[in-house]
Amino acid sequence: MKILKTLAFYLLVLVIVVVSVFPFYYAILTSFKTGTALFEVDYWPTSFSFNNYFSVFQQGEFLRNILNSVFVATMTVALALLMAVTASYALARVRFRGRGLLLMTILAVSMFPQIAVLSGLFEMIRFIGIYNTPWALILSYTIFTLPFTVWVLTTFMRDLPIEIEEAAIVDGATPWQIITKVFLPLMWPALVTTGLLAFIGAWNEFLFALTFTSSNETRTVPVAISLLSGATQYETPWGIIMAASVLVTVPIIILVLIFQRKIVAGLTAGGVKG
Amino acid sequence: MNPSHVASSSGKAELQAQRIRAAMLFLIPMIAALVLVAAYPLFRSIYFSFTDTSLSNLYGGQWIGFDNYLSWRTLPSGKTIFRGTLVDPAWWNAVWNTVRFAFVSVTLEAILGMIVALVLNAEFKGRGLVRAAILIPWAIPTIVSAKMWSWMLNDQFGIVNDVLMNLGIISQKIAWTASVDTAMFAVLIVDIWKTTPFMALLCLAGLQMVPKDVYEASKIDGIHPIKVFFKITLPLVKPALMVAIIFRMLDALRIFDLIYVLTPNSSTTKTMSIISRENMIEFDKFAYGSAQSTLLFTFIALFVILYIWLGKVDLSGDNK
Repeated sequence: MKILKTLAFYLLVLVIVVVSVFPFYYAILTSFKTGTALFEVDYWPTSFSFNNYFSVFQQGEFLRNILNSVFVATMTVALALLMAVTASYALARVRFRGRGLLLMTILAVSMFPQIAVLSGLFEMIRFIGIYNTPWALILSYTIFTLPFTVWVLTTFMRDLPIEIEEAAIVDGATPWQIITKVFLPLMWPALVTTGLLAFIGAWNEFLFALTFTSSNETRTVPVAISLLSGATQYETPWGIIMAASVLVTVPIIILVLIFQRKIVAGLTAGGVKG
Repeated sequence: MNPSHVASSSGKAELQAQRIRAAMLFLIPMIAALVLVAAYPLFRSIYFSFTDTSLSNLYGGQWIGFDNYLSWRTLPSGKTIFRGTLVDPAWWNAVWNTVRFAFVSVTLEAILGMIVALVLNAEFKGRGLVRAAILIPWAIPTIVSAKMWSWMLNDQFGIVNDVLMNLGIISQKIAWTASVDTAMFAVLIVDIWKTTPFMALLCLAGLQMVPKDVYEASKIDGIHPIKVFFKITLPLVKPALMVAIIFRMLDALRIFDLIYVLTPNSSTTKTMSIISRENMIEFDKFAYGSAQSTLLFTFIALFVILYIWLGKVDLSGDNK
Protein backbone atom coordinates (compact mmCIF):
# COMPACT_ATOMS: atom_id res chain seq x y z
CA MET A 1 0.00 0.00 0.00
CA LYS A 2 2.75 2.40 0.98
CA ILE A 3 4.69 1.58 -2.18
CA LEU A 4 1.59 2.18 -4.26
CA LYS A 5 1.12 5.55 -2.62
CA THR A 6 4.73 6.56 -3.26
CA LEU A 7 4.40 5.38 -6.84
CA ALA A 8 1.24 7.45 -7.38
CA PHE A 9 2.97 10.47 -5.87
CA TYR A 10 5.96 10.22 -8.15
CA LEU A 11 3.68 9.67 -11.12
CA LEU A 12 1.97 12.94 -10.26
CA VAL A 13 5.36 14.64 -9.99
CA LEU A 14 6.30 13.24 -13.38
CA VAL A 15 3.08 14.49 -14.97
CA ILE A 16 3.65 17.99 -13.53
CA VAL A 17 7.20 18.14 -14.85
CA VAL A 18 6.39 16.76 -18.31
CA VAL A 19 3.38 19.03 -18.81
CA SER A 20 5.41 22.07 -17.71
CA VAL A 21 8.46 21.41 -19.82
CA PHE A 22 7.16 19.58 -22.88
CA PRO A 23 5.77 22.51 -24.93
CA PHE A 24 9.07 24.36 -24.72
CA TYR A 25 11.01 21.18 -25.49
CA TYR A 26 8.80 20.66 -28.51
CA ALA A 27 9.39 24.24 -29.67
CA ILE A 28 13.15 23.65 -29.51
CA LEU A 29 12.72 20.39 -31.42
CA THR A 30 10.69 22.11 -34.12
CA SER A 31 13.12 25.00 -34.41
CA PHE A 32 15.84 22.59 -35.63
CA LYS A 33 13.67 21.10 -38.36
CA THR A 34 13.32 22.33 -41.90
CA GLY A 35 11.48 21.40 -45.07
CA THR A 36 9.19 18.42 -44.97
CA ALA A 37 10.61 17.20 -41.66
CA LEU A 38 8.59 19.99 -40.04
CA PHE A 39 5.39 18.23 -40.91
CA GLU A 40 6.25 14.92 -39.35
CA VAL A 41 5.46 14.57 -35.70
CA ASP A 42 8.54 13.47 -33.76
CA TYR A 43 8.91 13.03 -30.04
CA TRP A 44 12.70 12.95 -30.05
CA PRO A 45 15.25 15.12 -31.84
CA THR A 46 15.79 13.91 -35.40
CA SER A 47 17.59 16.74 -37.13
CA PHE A 48 19.87 19.57 -36.17
CA SER A 49 19.67 22.32 -38.72
CA PHE A 50 20.32 25.91 -37.75
CA ASN A 51 18.66 27.19 -40.92
CA ASN A 52 15.64 28.55 -39.09
CA TYR A 53 17.89 30.55 -36.80
CA PHE A 54 19.69 32.09 -39.77
CA SER A 55 16.38 32.82 -41.49
CA VAL A 56 15.03 34.65 -38.44
CA PHE A 57 17.75 37.24 -38.72
CA GLN A 58 17.55 37.51 -42.50
CA GLN A 59 13.83 38.07 -42.42
CA GLY A 60 12.53 41.46 -41.34
CA GLU A 61 14.27 43.30 -38.55
CA PHE A 62 14.50 40.69 -35.85
CA LEU A 63 17.82 41.87 -34.39
CA ARG A 64 16.41 45.37 -34.27
CA ASN A 65 13.30 44.06 -32.54
CA ILE A 66 15.42 42.40 -29.87
CA LEU A 67 17.38 45.60 -29.29
CA ASN A 68 14.11 47.54 -29.06
CA SER A 69 12.80 45.13 -26.44
CA VAL A 70 16.01 45.35 -24.43
CA PHE A 71 16.05 49.15 -24.59
CA VAL A 72 12.38 49.57 -23.71
CA ALA A 73 12.43 47.07 -20.86
CA THR A 74 15.68 48.40 -19.37
CA MET A 75 14.60 52.04 -19.51
CA THR A 76 11.17 51.27 -18.07
CA VAL A 77 12.63 49.31 -15.18
CA ALA A 78 15.33 51.90 -14.44
CA LEU A 79 12.79 54.72 -14.33
CA ALA A 80 10.36 52.74 -12.21
CA LEU A 81 13.04 51.73 -9.69
CA LEU A 82 14.33 55.29 -9.46
CA MET A 83 10.91 56.60 -8.47
CA ALA A 84 9.98 53.55 -6.43
CA VAL A 85 12.94 53.62 -4.03
CA THR A 86 12.10 56.98 -2.51
CA ALA A 87 8.33 56.47 -2.74
CA SER A 88 8.45 53.11 -1.01
CA TYR A 89 10.65 54.54 1.76
CA ALA A 90 7.98 57.15 2.42
CA LEU A 91 5.20 54.55 2.27
CA ALA A 92 6.93 51.98 4.44
CA ARG A 93 8.78 53.99 7.07
CA VAL A 94 6.91 57.24 7.59
CA ARG A 95 3.48 57.41 9.20
CA PHE A 96 1.25 59.98 7.59
CA ARG A 97 -2.42 60.45 6.99
CA GLY A 98 -3.79 58.84 3.85
CA ARG A 99 -1.02 56.27 3.62
CA GLY A 100 -3.39 53.31 3.52
CA LEU A 101 -5.51 54.98 0.85
CA LEU A 102 -2.44 55.74 -1.25
CA LEU A 103 -1.27 52.14 -1.00
CA MET A 104 -4.68 50.87 -2.07
CA THR A 105 -4.69 53.26 -5.02
CA ILE A 106 -1.27 52.01 -6.11
CA LEU A 107 -2.46 48.43 -5.89
CA ALA A 108 -5.60 49.33 -7.83
CA VAL A 109 -3.54 50.89 -10.63
CA SER A 110 -1.40 47.77 -10.90
CA MET A 111 -4.55 45.74 -11.51
CA PHE A 112 -5.98 48.11 -14.08
CA PRO A 113 -7.27 46.59 -17.27
CA GLN A 114 -4.82 48.14 -19.72
CA ILE A 115 -7.51 48.52 -22.32
CA ALA A 116 -9.24 51.08 -20.05
CA VAL A 117 -6.48 53.62 -20.64
CA LEU A 118 -5.72 52.67 -24.23
CA SER A 119 -7.61 55.46 -26.00
CA GLY A 120 -6.45 58.11 -23.52
CA LEU A 121 -2.84 57.00 -23.84
CA PHE A 122 -3.15 56.83 -27.60
CA GLU A 123 -4.26 60.46 -27.70
CA MET A 124 -1.47 61.51 -25.33
CA ILE A 125 1.20 59.66 -27.29
CA ARG A 126 0.01 61.20 -30.55
CA PHE A 127 -0.09 64.61 -28.90
CA ILE A 128 3.46 64.46 -27.53
CA GLY A 129 4.61 63.12 -30.87
CA ILE A 130 6.17 59.89 -29.66
CA TYR A 131 3.87 57.54 -31.58
CA ASN A 132 5.85 54.69 -33.17
CA THR A 133 8.95 55.33 -31.03
CA PRO A 134 10.31 53.33 -28.06
CA TRP A 135 9.38 56.27 -25.80
CA ALA A 136 5.70 55.57 -26.33
CA LEU A 137 6.25 52.13 -24.81
CA ILE A 138 8.50 53.37 -21.99
CA LEU A 139 5.83 55.89 -21.04
CA SER A 140 2.94 53.45 -21.19
CA TYR A 141 4.71 50.55 -19.47
CA THR A 142 5.17 52.74 -16.40
CA ILE A 143 1.50 52.10 -15.67
CA PHE A 144 2.26 48.55 -14.58
CA THR A 145 5.99 48.58 -13.68
CA LEU A 146 5.78 51.53 -11.27
CA PRO A 147 2.92 50.33 -9.04
CA PHE A 148 4.43 46.86 -9.00
CA THR A 149 7.91 47.98 -7.95
CA VAL A 150 6.55 50.42 -5.36
CA TRP A 151 4.35 47.71 -3.89
CA VAL A 152 7.04 45.05 -3.62
CA LEU A 153 9.71 47.42 -2.30
CA THR A 154 7.26 48.79 0.27
CA THR A 155 6.52 45.32 1.64
CA PHE A 156 10.25 44.66 1.72
CA MET A 157 11.14 47.88 3.56
CA ARG A 158 8.29 47.52 6.03
CA ASP A 159 9.80 44.26 7.25
CA LEU A 160 13.19 45.79 8.09
CA PRO A 161 13.69 46.42 11.82
CA ILE A 162 13.27 49.95 13.17
CA GLU A 163 16.71 49.88 14.82
CA ILE A 164 18.64 50.25 11.59
CA GLU A 165 17.05 53.63 11.05
CA GLU A 166 17.11 54.84 14.66
CA ALA A 167 20.86 55.17 14.90
CA ALA A 168 20.93 57.29 11.76
CA ILE A 169 18.12 59.52 13.02
CA VAL A 170 19.92 60.02 16.31
CA ASP A 171 23.01 61.08 14.40
CA GLY A 172 20.92 63.70 12.65
CA ALA A 173 20.82 62.14 9.19
CA THR A 174 18.30 63.57 6.76
CA PRO A 175 15.70 61.25 5.21
CA TRP A 176 17.61 61.38 1.92
CA GLN A 177 20.81 60.29 3.67
CA ILE A 178 18.88 57.53 5.42
CA ILE A 179 17.70 56.17 2.07
CA THR A 180 21.04 56.34 0.31
CA LYS A 181 23.32 55.36 3.20
CA VAL A 182 21.18 53.00 5.27
CA PHE A 183 18.53 51.43 3.07
CA LEU A 184 20.09 51.22 -0.39
CA PRO A 185 22.95 48.94 0.70
CA LEU A 186 20.40 46.60 2.29
CA MET A 187 18.06 46.74 -0.64
CA TRP A 188 20.20 45.42 -3.46
CA PRO A 189 18.73 41.92 -3.41
CA ALA A 190 15.19 43.28 -3.38
CA LEU A 191 16.01 45.75 -6.14
CA VAL A 192 17.44 43.01 -8.35
CA THR A 193 14.40 40.76 -7.88
CA THR A 194 11.84 43.51 -8.36
CA GLY A 195 13.72 44.85 -11.32
CA LEU A 196 13.89 41.44 -12.91
CA LEU A 197 10.17 40.82 -12.46
CA ALA A 198 9.33 44.23 -13.87
CA PHE A 199 11.75 43.56 -16.74
CA ILE A 200 9.97 40.31 -17.59
CA GLY A 201 6.65 42.14 -17.51
CA ALA A 202 7.90 44.81 -19.89
CA TRP A 203 9.64 42.25 -22.11
CA ASN A 204 6.41 40.27 -22.53
CA GLU A 205 3.96 43.15 -22.92
CA PHE A 206 1.83 42.99 -26.06
CA LEU A 207 -1.24 45.24 -26.15
CA PHE A 208 0.55 48.59 -25.89
CA ALA A 209 3.39 47.45 -28.13
CA LEU A 210 0.91 46.37 -30.79
CA THR A 211 -1.06 49.60 -30.62
CA PHE A 212 1.64 52.23 -30.20
CA THR A 213 4.12 51.05 -32.82
CA SER A 214 3.43 50.62 -36.49
CA SER A 215 6.62 49.79 -38.34
CA ASN A 216 9.01 46.85 -38.39
CA GLU A 217 11.96 48.86 -37.05
CA THR A 218 10.18 50.04 -33.91
CA ARG A 219 8.36 46.85 -32.94
CA THR A 220 9.30 44.81 -29.90
CA VAL A 221 9.87 41.07 -29.97
CA PRO A 222 6.38 39.82 -28.96
CA VAL A 223 4.72 41.88 -31.70
CA ALA A 224 7.35 40.86 -34.24
CA ILE A 225 6.80 37.19 -33.45
CA SER A 226 3.04 37.52 -33.66
CA LEU A 227 3.41 39.04 -37.11
CA LEU A 228 5.94 36.59 -38.58
CA SER A 229 4.35 35.26 -41.71
CA GLY A 230 5.30 33.17 -44.68
CA ALA A 231 5.56 33.88 -48.37
CA THR A 232 1.83 33.45 -48.76
CA GLN A 233 -1.03 33.98 -46.41
CA TYR A 234 -1.65 30.26 -46.05
CA GLU A 235 1.87 29.23 -45.28
CA THR A 236 2.88 29.77 -41.69
CA PRO A 237 6.67 29.48 -41.22
CA TRP A 238 6.48 27.36 -38.08
CA GLY A 239 10.19 26.54 -38.02
CA ILE A 240 11.16 30.21 -38.07
CA ILE A 241 8.52 31.18 -35.53
CA MET A 242 9.77 28.48 -33.17
CA ALA A 243 13.40 29.57 -33.65
CA ALA A 244 12.45 33.17 -32.83
CA SER A 245 10.45 31.99 -29.84
CA VAL A 246 13.33 29.95 -28.49
CA LEU A 247 15.74 32.87 -28.98
CA VAL A 248 13.68 35.31 -26.93
CA THR A 249 12.67 32.80 -24.28
CA VAL A 250 15.99 31.16 -23.44
CA PRO A 251 17.56 34.26 -21.83
CA ILE A 252 14.43 34.82 -19.72
CA ILE A 253 14.31 31.20 -18.61
CA ILE A 254 18.00 31.25 -17.68
CA LEU A 255 17.51 34.41 -15.63
CA VAL A 256 14.46 32.97 -13.93
CA LEU A 257 16.23 29.74 -13.06
CA ILE A 258 19.26 31.59 -11.67
CA PHE A 259 17.13 33.86 -9.51
CA GLN A 260 14.34 31.39 -8.84
CA ARG A 261 14.37 31.58 -5.05
CA LYS A 262 14.29 35.36 -5.06
CA ILE A 263 11.64 35.45 -7.77
CA VAL A 264 9.34 33.18 -5.83
CA ALA A 265 9.81 35.43 -2.79
CA GLY A 266 9.18 38.56 -4.85
CA LEU A 267 6.09 37.13 -6.52
CA THR A 268 4.55 36.17 -3.23
CA ALA A 269 5.35 39.53 -1.68
CA GLY A 270 3.95 41.41 -4.62
CA GLY A 271 1.15 39.01 -5.36
CA VAL A 272 1.03 40.72 -8.73
CA LYS A 273 1.83 39.09 -11.99
CA GLY A 274 4.66 41.09 -13.55
CA MET B 1 26.72 61.55 24.49
CA ASN B 2 24.98 62.91 21.46
CA PRO B 3 22.97 66.00 22.45
CA SER B 4 20.04 65.11 20.20
CA HIS B 5 19.58 61.98 22.24
CA VAL B 6 17.93 63.99 25.00
CA ALA B 7 15.44 65.51 22.61
CA SER B 8 12.39 67.07 24.22
CA SER B 9 8.93 66.07 23.05
CA SER B 10 8.69 69.22 20.92
CA GLY B 11 11.94 68.21 19.23
CA LYS B 12 10.41 64.83 18.47
CA ALA B 13 7.32 66.42 16.97
CA GLU B 14 9.57 68.67 14.89
CA LEU B 15 11.49 65.59 13.69
CA GLN B 16 8.27 63.82 12.78
CA ALA B 17 7.05 66.86 10.86
CA GLN B 18 10.36 66.98 9.00
CA ARG B 19 10.05 63.31 8.12
CA ILE B 20 6.55 63.81 6.81
CA ARG B 21 7.66 66.74 4.66
CA ALA B 22 10.46 64.61 3.22
CA ALA B 23 8.03 61.75 2.63
CA MET B 24 5.71 64.02 0.65
CA LEU B 25 8.65 65.17 -1.44
CA PHE B 26 9.67 61.55 -2.07
CA LEU B 27 6.17 60.65 -3.18
CA ILE B 28 5.76 63.47 -5.68
CA PRO B 29 7.60 61.87 -8.66
CA MET B 30 5.67 58.62 -8.32
CA ILE B 31 2.31 60.33 -7.90
CA ALA B 32 3.03 62.65 -10.82
CA ALA B 33 3.99 59.69 -13.00
CA LEU B 34 0.86 57.75 -12.07
CA VAL B 35 -1.36 60.74 -12.75
CA LEU B 36 0.30 61.13 -16.14
CA VAL B 37 0.11 57.50 -17.29
CA ALA B 38 -2.92 56.21 -15.39
CA ALA B 39 -5.34 58.79 -14.02
CA TYR B 40 -5.31 61.23 -16.92
CA PRO B 41 -5.55 58.60 -19.71
CA LEU B 42 -8.34 56.86 -17.81
CA PHE B 43 -10.19 60.14 -17.51
CA ARG B 44 -9.68 60.85 -21.23
CA SER B 45 -10.84 57.36 -22.20
CA ILE B 46 -14.02 57.83 -20.22
CA TYR B 47 -14.45 61.26 -21.76
CA PHE B 48 -14.00 59.85 -25.29
CA SER B 49 -16.75 57.36 -24.63
CA PHE B 50 -19.20 60.27 -24.45
CA THR B 51 -18.07 61.80 -27.75
CA ASP B 52 -18.07 60.86 -31.43
CA THR B 53 -14.27 60.97 -31.74
CA SER B 54 -12.78 58.81 -34.47
CA LEU B 55 -9.22 57.69 -35.04
CA SER B 56 -8.85 59.92 -38.06
CA ASN B 57 -10.29 62.91 -36.20
CA LEU B 58 -8.83 62.61 -32.70
CA TYR B 59 -9.34 66.20 -31.63
CA GLY B 60 -12.58 67.05 -33.34
CA GLY B 61 -14.92 64.87 -31.31
CA GLN B 62 -18.23 66.34 -30.21
CA TRP B 63 -20.01 65.54 -26.97
CA ILE B 64 -22.87 63.16 -27.67
CA GLY B 65 -23.82 62.03 -24.18
CA PHE B 66 -24.69 58.40 -23.73
CA ASP B 67 -25.21 57.64 -27.42
CA ASN B 68 -22.28 55.21 -27.57
CA TYR B 69 -23.81 53.28 -24.73
CA LEU B 70 -27.47 53.47 -25.61
CA SER B 71 -29.67 55.68 -27.72
CA TRP B 72 -33.03 55.25 -29.28
CA ARG B 73 -35.17 56.93 -31.80
CA THR B 74 -38.79 56.38 -32.67
CA LEU B 75 -39.59 56.07 -36.35
CA PRO B 76 -42.72 57.65 -37.82
CA SER B 77 -44.15 54.15 -38.05
CA GLY B 78 -44.03 53.96 -34.26
CA LYS B 79 -41.18 51.47 -34.17
CA THR B 80 -38.35 52.27 -31.76
CA ILE B 81 -34.79 51.62 -32.84
CA PHE B 82 -32.11 51.09 -30.21
CA ARG B 83 -28.43 51.68 -30.83
CA GLY B 84 -25.26 51.54 -28.79
CA THR B 85 -23.04 49.03 -27.02
CA LEU B 86 -25.66 47.98 -24.54
CA VAL B 87 -27.85 46.57 -27.29
CA ASP B 88 -24.96 45.27 -29.40
CA PRO B 89 -25.10 41.46 -29.54
CA ALA B 90 -21.35 41.35 -30.35
CA TRP B 91 -20.66 43.15 -27.07
CA TRP B 92 -22.81 40.82 -24.98
CA ASN B 93 -21.21 37.87 -26.70
CA ALA B 94 -17.82 39.26 -25.63
CA VAL B 95 -19.04 39.81 -22.07
CA TRP B 96 -20.28 36.25 -21.88
CA ASN B 97 -17.03 34.90 -23.35
CA THR B 98 -14.94 36.90 -20.88
CA VAL B 99 -16.93 35.90 -17.84
CA ARG B 100 -17.05 32.26 -18.88
CA PHE B 101 -13.34 32.22 -19.59
CA ALA B 102 -12.41 33.98 -16.34
CA PHE B 103 -14.61 31.78 -14.20
CA VAL B 104 -13.57 28.45 -15.69
CA SER B 105 -9.88 29.25 -15.99
CA VAL B 106 -9.48 30.67 -12.49
CA THR B 107 -11.43 27.82 -10.88
CA LEU B 108 -9.35 25.17 -12.59
CA GLU B 109 -6.13 27.07 -11.94
CA ALA B 110 -6.95 27.34 -8.24
CA ILE B 111 -7.62 23.60 -7.97
CA LEU B 112 -4.62 22.54 -10.04
CA GLY B 113 -2.43 25.17 -8.40
CA MET B 114 -3.38 23.83 -4.99
CA ILE B 115 -2.53 20.28 -6.06
CA VAL B 116 0.87 21.36 -7.39
CA ALA B 117 1.47 23.38 -4.22
CA LEU B 118 0.65 20.37 -2.03
CA VAL B 119 3.11 18.28 -4.04
CA LEU B 120 5.80 20.94 -3.67
CA ASN B 121 5.10 21.23 0.03
CA ALA B 122 5.88 17.56 0.56
CA GLU B 123 9.50 16.60 1.10
CA PHE B 124 10.92 14.45 -1.65
CA LYS B 125 14.03 14.10 -3.73
CA GLY B 126 14.14 16.45 -6.68
CA ARG B 127 11.70 18.97 -5.26
CA GLY B 128 13.92 21.84 -6.37
CA LEU B 129 13.87 20.46 -9.88
CA VAL B 130 10.07 20.35 -9.97
CA ARG B 131 9.85 23.90 -8.73
CA ALA B 132 12.27 25.01 -11.43
CA ALA B 133 10.23 23.12 -14.04
CA ILE B 134 6.95 24.79 -13.16
CA LEU B 135 8.58 28.22 -13.41
CA ILE B 136 9.16 27.63 -17.12
CA PRO B 137 5.55 28.09 -18.31
CA TRP B 138 5.32 31.21 -16.16
CA ALA B 139 8.52 32.69 -17.62
CA ILE B 140 7.64 32.13 -21.28
CA PRO B 141 6.14 35.25 -22.88
CA THR B 142 2.41 34.88 -23.51
CA ILE B 143 2.82 35.49 -27.22
CA VAL B 144 5.43 32.74 -27.43
CA SER B 145 3.25 30.28 -25.52
CA ALA B 146 0.35 31.14 -27.80
CA LYS B 147 2.50 30.39 -30.86
CA MET B 148 3.97 27.24 -29.35
CA TRP B 149 0.55 25.88 -28.54
CA SER B 150 -1.03 26.88 -31.82
CA TRP B 151 1.69 24.77 -33.45
CA MET B 152 1.06 21.89 -31.08
CA LEU B 153 -2.69 22.21 -31.58
CA ASN B 154 -2.33 22.54 -35.37
CA ASP B 155 -5.04 20.47 -37.05
CA GLN B 156 -2.85 18.81 -39.70
CA PHE B 157 0.61 18.54 -38.20
CA GLY B 158 0.05 19.16 -34.51
CA ILE B 159 1.41 16.82 -31.89
CA VAL B 160 -1.73 16.99 -29.74
CA ASN B 161 -3.88 15.46 -32.44
CA ASP B 162 -1.16 12.90 -33.11
CA VAL B 163 -1.03 11.80 -29.48
CA LEU B 164 -4.79 11.65 -29.13
CA MET B 165 -5.11 9.67 -32.39
CA ASN B 166 -2.44 7.20 -31.30
CA LEU B 167 -4.15 6.73 -27.96
CA GLY B 168 -7.43 6.20 -29.76
CA ILE B 169 -9.16 9.03 -27.88
CA ILE B 170 -10.21 10.79 -31.07
CA SER B 171 -10.93 9.24 -34.44
CA GLN B 172 -10.32 12.25 -36.64
CA LYS B 173 -8.14 15.32 -36.39
CA ILE B 174 -9.59 18.31 -34.58
CA ALA B 175 -9.06 21.90 -35.69
CA TRP B 176 -8.62 23.05 -32.09
CA THR B 177 -8.13 26.75 -32.62
CA ALA B 178 -10.33 27.22 -35.67
CA SER B 179 -13.43 25.24 -34.82
CA VAL B 180 -16.18 27.03 -32.90
CA ASP B 181 -16.65 24.11 -30.56
CA THR B 182 -13.05 23.88 -29.41
CA ALA B 183 -11.61 27.40 -29.73
CA MET B 184 -12.50 28.36 -26.16
CA PHE B 185 -11.22 25.01 -24.97
CA ALA B 186 -7.88 25.68 -26.66
CA VAL B 187 -7.61 29.11 -25.03
CA LEU B 188 -8.40 27.57 -21.64
CA ILE B 189 -5.75 24.87 -22.05
CA VAL B 190 -3.02 27.39 -22.83
CA ASP B 191 -4.05 29.83 -20.13
CA ILE B 192 -4.25 27.15 -17.47
CA TRP B 193 -0.90 25.75 -18.56
CA LYS B 194 0.70 29.16 -18.33
CA THR B 195 -0.75 30.50 -15.10
CA THR B 196 -1.20 27.48 -12.84
CA PRO B 197 2.47 27.86 -11.74
CA PHE B 198 1.74 31.37 -10.46
CA MET B 199 -1.24 30.07 -8.51
CA ALA B 200 0.82 27.16 -7.20
CA LEU B 201 3.59 29.43 -5.93
CA LEU B 202 1.14 31.67 -4.09
CA CYS B 203 -0.62 28.64 -2.59
CA LEU B 204 2.73 27.18 -1.61
CA ALA B 205 3.65 30.39 0.22
CA GLY B 206 0.39 30.04 2.14
CA LEU B 207 1.00 26.36 2.86
CA GLN B 208 4.45 27.04 4.24
CA MET B 209 2.98 29.32 6.88
CA VAL B 210 0.95 26.43 8.33
CA PRO B 211 2.89 25.24 11.40
CA LYS B 212 4.25 21.72 11.02
CA ASP B 213 3.07 20.55 14.47
CA VAL B 214 -0.54 20.92 13.33
CA TYR B 215 0.03 18.03 10.92
CA GLU B 216 1.88 15.99 13.50
CA ALA B 217 -0.87 16.42 16.05
CA SER B 218 -3.57 15.34 13.62
CA LYS B 219 -1.44 12.39 12.53
CA ILE B 220 -1.18 11.22 16.13
CA ASP B 221 -4.94 11.62 16.52
CA GLY B 222 -5.35 9.45 13.43
CA ILE B 223 -7.34 11.93 11.36
CA HIS B 224 -7.61 11.12 7.65
CA PRO B 225 -5.31 13.34 5.52
CA ILE B 226 -8.19 14.47 3.30
CA LYS B 227 -10.12 15.58 6.35
CA VAL B 228 -7.02 17.36 7.63
CA PHE B 229 -6.77 19.22 4.32
CA PHE B 230 -10.35 20.47 4.35
CA LYS B 231 -10.64 21.12 8.07
CA ILE B 232 -7.20 22.51 8.87
CA THR B 233 -5.02 23.30 5.88
CA LEU B 234 -7.60 24.95 3.64
CA PRO B 235 -8.96 27.37 6.30
CA LEU B 236 -5.40 28.38 7.16
CA VAL B 237 -4.42 28.91 3.52
CA LYS B 238 -7.67 30.64 2.63
CA PRO B 239 -6.45 34.24 3.02
CA ALA B 240 -3.50 33.61 0.68
CA LEU B 241 -5.75 31.73 -1.74
CA MET B 242 -8.34 34.51 -1.79
CA VAL B 243 -5.69 37.07 -2.72
CA ALA B 244 -4.28 34.75 -5.40
CA ILE B 245 -7.75 34.20 -6.84
CA ILE B 246 -8.58 37.87 -7.08
CA PHE B 247 -5.30 38.70 -8.81
CA ARG B 248 -5.83 35.91 -11.31
CA MET B 249 -9.47 36.88 -11.80
CA LEU B 250 -8.55 40.48 -12.65
CA ASP B 251 -5.93 39.19 -15.03
CA ALA B 252 -8.37 36.82 -16.68
CA LEU B 253 -11.06 39.47 -17.09
CA ARG B 254 -8.73 41.68 -19.11
CA ILE B 255 -7.20 38.88 -21.22
CA PHE B 256 -6.04 40.07 -24.60
CA ASP B 257 -2.75 38.78 -26.00
CA LEU B 258 -3.31 35.03 -25.79
CA ILE B 259 -6.62 35.19 -27.63
CA TYR B 260 -5.38 37.75 -30.14
CA VAL B 261 -2.67 35.34 -31.27
CA LEU B 262 -4.19 31.91 -30.64
CA THR B 263 -7.72 32.30 -31.99
CA PRO B 264 -7.77 35.62 -33.85
CA ASN B 265 -10.88 35.09 -35.89
CA SER B 266 -13.12 33.10 -33.66
CA SER B 267 -16.18 34.92 -32.36
CA THR B 268 -16.54 32.33 -29.62
CA THR B 269 -13.40 33.56 -27.92
CA LYS B 270 -13.65 37.33 -28.48
CA THR B 271 -13.38 38.98 -25.08
CA MET B 272 -14.20 42.48 -23.91
CA SER B 273 -10.60 43.68 -24.33
CA ILE B 274 -10.37 42.20 -27.83
CA ILE B 275 -13.60 43.67 -29.11
CA SER B 276 -12.91 47.04 -27.53
CA ARG B 277 -9.50 47.39 -29.17
CA GLU B 278 -10.90 46.12 -32.45
CA ASN B 279 -13.46 48.91 -32.51
CA MET B 280 -11.01 51.53 -31.28
CA ILE B 281 -8.10 50.90 -33.61
CA GLU B 282 -9.14 48.62 -36.44
CA PHE B 283 -12.72 49.69 -37.19
CA ASP B 284 -12.16 53.41 -36.64
CA LYS B 285 -14.88 53.55 -34.00
CA PHE B 286 -12.58 55.11 -31.42
CA ALA B 287 -15.30 56.47 -29.16
CA TYR B 288 -17.41 53.33 -29.39
CA GLY B 289 -14.41 51.21 -28.39
CA SER B 290 -13.73 53.62 -25.54
CA ALA B 291 -17.28 53.13 -24.30
CA GLN B 292 -16.67 49.39 -24.25
CA SER B 293 -13.36 49.75 -22.43
CA THR B 294 -15.06 52.03 -19.91
CA LEU B 295 -17.72 49.38 -19.34
CA LEU B 296 -15.00 46.77 -18.79
CA PHE B 297 -13.29 49.09 -16.32
CA THR B 298 -16.55 49.66 -14.43
CA PHE B 299 -17.24 45.95 -14.42
CA ILE B 300 -13.82 45.15 -12.97
CA ALA B 301 -14.02 47.95 -10.41
CA LEU B 302 -17.42 46.71 -9.19
CA PHE B 303 -16.08 43.18 -9.05
CA VAL B 304 -13.11 44.23 -6.90
CA ILE B 305 -15.26 46.24 -4.49
CA LEU B 306 -17.70 43.35 -4.15
CA TYR B 307 -14.93 40.83 -3.63
CA ILE B 308 -13.13 42.86 -0.98
CA TRP B 309 -16.43 43.64 0.74
CA LEU B 310 -17.74 40.08 0.71
CA GLY B 311 -14.47 38.28 1.30
CA LYS B 312 -12.98 40.83 3.71
CA VAL B 313 -9.68 40.38 1.91
CA ASP B 314 -6.84 42.32 3.46
CA LEU B 315 -4.98 43.52 0.38
CA SER B 316 -2.97 46.26 2.03
CA GLY B 317 -1.36 43.83 4.45
CA ASP B 318 -1.54 46.41 7.24
CA ASN B 319 -2.90 43.92 9.74
CA LYS B 320 -0.04 41.48 9.29
